[in-house]
Amino acid sequence: MANLTAPKMITSMLSKISPRRGVEGLFIIVGLVIVLTFIFMAIFAPVLAPYDPNKTRVGGLYESPNSKFPMGTDRLGRDILSRIIWGSRTVLIVTFLSMALSSACGVTLGLISGYVGGKFDTALSLFMDSLYAFPGLILAIALAVMLGQGIMPVTVSLTVVYVPIYFRMIRGEVLSMKESLFVEAAKAIGAKGRTLIFKYIFPNVIPSIPIVLSLNAADAVLTLAALSFLGLGLPAHIPDWGFDLRMGYGALTAKIWWPGTFPGLMIVLLTLGFSLFGEGLAEILNPKLSGR
Amino acid sequence: MTSLRVYIIRRILLSIPMLLILLSVVFVVLRVAGDPVSAMLGGHAPISEIERIRKQLGLDKPLYIQYLNYLMNLAHFDLGRSMIWGQRPVLDEILEHFPATLELSISAFTFSILLGVFTGVFSARRRNKPADHAIRLYGIITYSIFIPWFGLVLQLIFGVYLGWLPISGRSDPRMAPEIITGLYVLDSILTMNLPGLIDSIRHLILPTVTLGIYLSGIYTRLTRTHMIDILQSDFIRAARARGLPERTIIYKHALKNAFIPILTMMGLQFALLLAGAVLTETTFSWPGMGYFLYERISYRDFTTIQGTIVFIATLIVLISLIVDIIYVYIDPRIRY
Amino acid sequence: MISDLLRIEGLRVYYYTRDGVVMAVDNVDLFMKKGETIGLVGESGSGKSTLGRAILRLVPPPGRIISGKIVFDGLNLTELSEEEMRKIRGKRISMVFQDPMTSLDPLMKIGDHIVETIMAHETLTREEAEEKAIKLLEQVGIRSERFMDYPHQFSGGMRQRVGIALALALNPDLVIADEPTSSLDVIVQFQILDLMKELKNLYGMGMILITHDISIIPGIADKVALMYAGQLVEFADAKSFFNEPLHPYGKALLESIPNIQHSDQKLKYIPGNPPDLINPPKGCRFSPRCPYATEKCREEEPPTIMVGHHRLVKCFQY
Repeated sequence: MANLTAPKMITSMLSKISPRRGVEGLFIIVGLVIVLTFIFMAIFAPVLAPYDPNKTRVGGLYESPNSKFPMGTDRLGRDILSRIIWGSRTVLIVTFLSMALSSACGVTLGLISGYVGGKFDTALSLFMDSLYAFPGLILAIALAVMLGQGIMPVTVSLTVVYVPIYFRMIRGEVLSMKESLFVEAAKAIGAKGRTLIFKYIFPNVIPSIPIVLSLNAADAVLTLAALSFLGLGLPAHIPDWGFDLRMGYGALTAKIWWPGTFPGLMIVLLTLGFSLFGEGLAEILNPKLSGR
Repeated sequence: MTSLRVYIIRRILLSIPMLLILLSVVFVVLRVAGDPVSAMLGGHAPISEIERIRKQLGLDKPLYIQYLNYLMNLAHFDLGRSMIWGQRPVLDEILEHFPATLELSISAFTFSILLGVFTGVFSARRRNKPADHAIRLYGIITYSIFIPWFGLVLQLIFGVYLGWLPISGRSDPRMAPEIITGLYVLDSILTMNLPGLIDSIRHLILPTVTLGIYLSGIYTRLTRTHMIDILQSDFIRAARARGLPERTIIYKHALKNAFIPILTMMGLQFALLLAGAVLTETTFSWPGMGYFLYERISYRDFTTIQGTIVFIATLIVLISLIVDIIYVYIDPRIRY
Repeated sequence: MISDLLRIEGLRVYYYTRDGVVMAVDNVDLFMKKGETIGLVGESGSGKSTLGRAILRLVPPPGRIISGKIVFDGLNLTELSEEEMRKIRGKRISMVFQDPMTSLDPLMKIGDHIVETIMAHETLTREEAEEKAIKLLEQVGIRSERFMDYPHQFSGGMRQRVGIALALALNPDLVIADEPTSSLDVIVQFQILDLMKELKNLYGMGMILITHDISIIPGIADKVALMYAGQLVEFADAKSFFNEPLHPYGKALLESIPNIQHSDQKLKYIPGNPPDLINPPKGCRFSPRCPYATEKCREEEPPTIMVGHHRLVKCFQY
């Protein structure tokens, strides 16, 4: 693996993804289509959304789905479809931002910790392992309570939850690389520490990165939705699926099913998209990981 | 047998530093991430009020003193007092809500394992056939379920439209059993209260199914993977050659061996169970720890939130201890 | 021929792998009388283990019995239902496996293995089955107090004794022993072989001893069946085979056994590799490695010829 360059590896990875690969290929493609649809919705939200998501009384209160409002209106007479379209923007921004931050922090800390070793490594690993032992949601709740509402606080809460995953992955890789012979050999011919990392460690990790990222994204979408659902998410003016779902419970017993069902369905669909993509990749690239 | 006892004692001793580290992490997260008082009051309160509460919580002292106080209090099982209403001891309030969580957890956990193991075995025996693919998809879908949404759908179908099952709470107040253990199903049985028993079970069904299906996916895959491995192993082939009935081979030999990694996962899954319980309880207004946490979050009741998280951390350490001990009893290779 | 315990006719077992069809057992005929012991010899990959498993209809997927008959005591096993077959396995035909380390359930006490086997076939109470199991264990040289121990507490040789006790638990008519000693060290090998001889005399069952090690055959087998590349190339009584093997492969095999009496003799080995069973060589499958091969051998498949009394060989030389 180590002597393959990254582009080569990606093409070899892509060549393995095709519908002919059976169910796994199908999983990947369906997952990708779902995720791309949501990304498309998020980017073109201003064009796609028929109404202002925050404008109240664009229709009646609790109008059931009809030709004017395909998904009905909510308790304030806002168009649910428009809120869903704008909501995809919120979810994807927070998800991608927290993924980028957590992978950057996790990878950096993992590299340093694994490379430096000693007491520093022990202490940091212990801390990360304890974070990891916590249920992600409970940890996110604790952080969100302290940090308050808003896009950035929520993003930071999610970031902290996922840092340990990357940290553990990279640190483990660094440690095993440190042991292995070809690094010894590279040291002997005078490769510097940084070259070692980029030349040998990253290529070994790269194949699992898309898997970890997409499974993580799936989890992040759920955790964000849960925070919003529990009232720890975003301020009221930002359309947010989790919060809309919470509000949808209000008139449930009056058989008003649409205000909760649609936003919730989006949460599940987007999560499913990321999971299908990640699981499919995992089974093709790393059959040992998830067992045939 | 003595080595077994030594192992268990060592394992118990080992969980003390584990707990200490986890509790320290809770402290770090809750103090470093922000100021509890401004988080609670939203930053708009008068300075004098903020100062008063800081003093009351001991937050005016240096951080290391706060840390020592925190640990000392925990050592005395003191989680502080709630910051709203009667300012009752947090531990009392948690323990009041704990049986409801325990009841839901036991029932959902059992349901998820039965469902997961059953689908996993089914899938493994039909490897790479359509039923197998369908079950693998099921495994991925359960992983993607958002509990509040799934709960909402079940409430709509079975509660609102069909009217078969109640959609919130633990019991009809008129039929609630006399409390002995706090587990309503058990209490109803102990007090021979048949209507109470039926009522408690009816309330338990939807939350159990919601949380149970969410948790079952991981057991489905794990059972499938390990059953596939084990069904190809020598001792299964040998068992077939001895003419044992297929049922004995699958359930007595293969499943028992596949169950060891499943048990390991059960310990790890406990954290997920707790997180899932918070959402399930909120969804179904199930008056357990999770619902309690949700209520106090909306008041930003700092001591209660901290106390609940400490309680959960302790539970996690405790469960991993119990799982490790059960493990020894199941796998004779560790026992000797 | 009615007194035959086992008669195999035209048996073909193929594995349908992703790379192609592996013809692991290709048109094999074999017959044995009650109480007889056949040494089924061949290199690894010659199809001998597949043949052994096919008799119990336990060829692992993607393998399948394609055609042929396996007649055991008048019953054609290939036509039985799965449940009828189950009743034969362990009870009338049993098996001893190669690796005693992995062929016992690690989570089950060894005594329970035997009790379970007995109770799967006979209507006995648990106490009666336990009594029988203890007797069996003592017969194979395991003290009764080890009844409650788990497999990992036994050495390899001891576990193979358990394997033998399991195979004999229901007093079968035929035991298929698939490389029963190959995973054991030499001294234990002899102990196990001695035990098997002793128990064979006691129980009088028929046995198919599958092995790649031809040196363990003398003294235990009445007949030798030599397999090469999925086919039976020689079938003879053991005495005549060791006196004078007919098939060139048999000759080469005997010459490759170290002989203490003739230590000055150079040890021979068979040049070349066993053939690929997806695309076997044309003509005689041994021809690429055979010193006597002629043009005809490379073109045509040799017939199976009867030489003397009941001695079969698949070679053009006879």
